[in-house]
Amino acid sequence: MIGLGHYLAVGAVLFVMGVFGIFLNRKNVIVILMAIELILLSVNINLVAFSAYLGDMVGQVFAMFVLTVAAGEAAIGLAILVIYFRGRGTIAVDDINQMKG
Amino acid sequence: MIQTFVFYLFATLVIASAAMTIVARNPVHSVLWLILAFFNGAGLMLLLGAEFIALLLIIVYVGAVAVLFLFVVMMLDVDFAALRAGFARYLPFGTLLALVLLAEIIFAIAAWNIGGIDNGVRAAPTDTSIPNIQALGTILFTRYLFIFEAAGLVLLVAMIGAIVLTHRVRSGTRPQNVSQQIRRRPQDATRNVDQPSGQGVQL
Repeated sequence: MIGLGHYLAVGAVLFVMGVFGIFLNRKNVIVILMAIELILLSVNINLVAFSAYLGDMVGQVFAMFVLTVAAGEAAIGLAILVIYFRGRGTIAVDDINQMKG
Repeated sequence: MIQTFVFYLFATLVIASAAMTIVARNPVHSVLWLILAFFNGAGLMLLLGAEFIALLLIIVYVGAVAVLFLFVVMMLDVDFAALRAGFARYLPFGTLLALVLLAEIIFAIAAWNIGGIDNGVRAAPTDTSIPNIQALGTILFTRYLFIFEAAGLVLLVAMIGAIVLTHRVRSGTRPQNVSQQIRRRPQDATRNVDQPSGQGVQL
C-alpha cells in the first residue's frame, strides 16, 4: 500500500532535482526558471499528499494558490528575460552586474 | 495492486523527466521533458484523489506556462552551447550539495511521525460524500474568498507587468489614433465651394 511517505519521497527527490538544476545551468536563465517550476511542482505534490492523507481540504486550496503564483512568476520572469535579451543580445545571467547591487 | 503499479510508474517517470529537464542539451527538449514531468505529477495527484488540482495543473502548466516557455526559447536567438560552458565545472559541487539536501530531507521525513498531528484540529475536514471539485469550490468561495480574490489580483498584476515590461514604442510608425478619428466632424473636414467654370480649383 502506498503511504504518505512515498509521496513525500517523490516530492523530496523532485525538489532536489530543481535545486540541482539551478546549480547545473547557472548561465542559462531559461532552464533556471524551469527548475523553479519543478520545485513548485514538488511543493504542490507535497501539499496535495498531506491534504489527502490528513483528510483536510485546505492543502488543495493552498496548492491552487501556489499554482497561481507560479504562473505569474513564469510570466514576469520570461518578460524580464525578453527585455534583458533585447538590451544585451544574450541571456547569460552570470554576468548581470550592471546594477552593482 | 494496480494503484501501487501506477504510483511507481508515475513517480519514476516524473523523476526521470525532471532529470532530463535539467540536463537536456537543447532548451526546447527541456521544455518538452518539463511537460512530461507535469503530466506525471498530475497523475500522482489524480491517484491522491485531487482531480481538480490535477487537471488544473495540466491546463495551467502544459497549456499556458510550458507554451510560454516554448515561445520564449524559440523567439530568442541564443547560442545555447555557450551557455552550457560551466556545466562540467559545477557538476561535482552541485551533485554534492544535492545529495546533502536529499539526505537531510529523507532524514527529516523518517524522523517525523504522522501521529503527532492532532486530527481534531483539521481546518476543513474532507467531505467524502461530495465530489472533489464541489468540496474545493465550497471552501474556496466561502472561507477563502478574499484570498481567492487576492490570487486574482496577483494574476492581474502579473499580466499588466508582463505587458508593460515587454511593450515597445516604435518610432517612425504611424498608428491609428482612434480618439482623433472620432473627434473629427464633417464641418471641420469638408467645405462647399461654388466653383466657377474655367478657373482652377483652390484646394
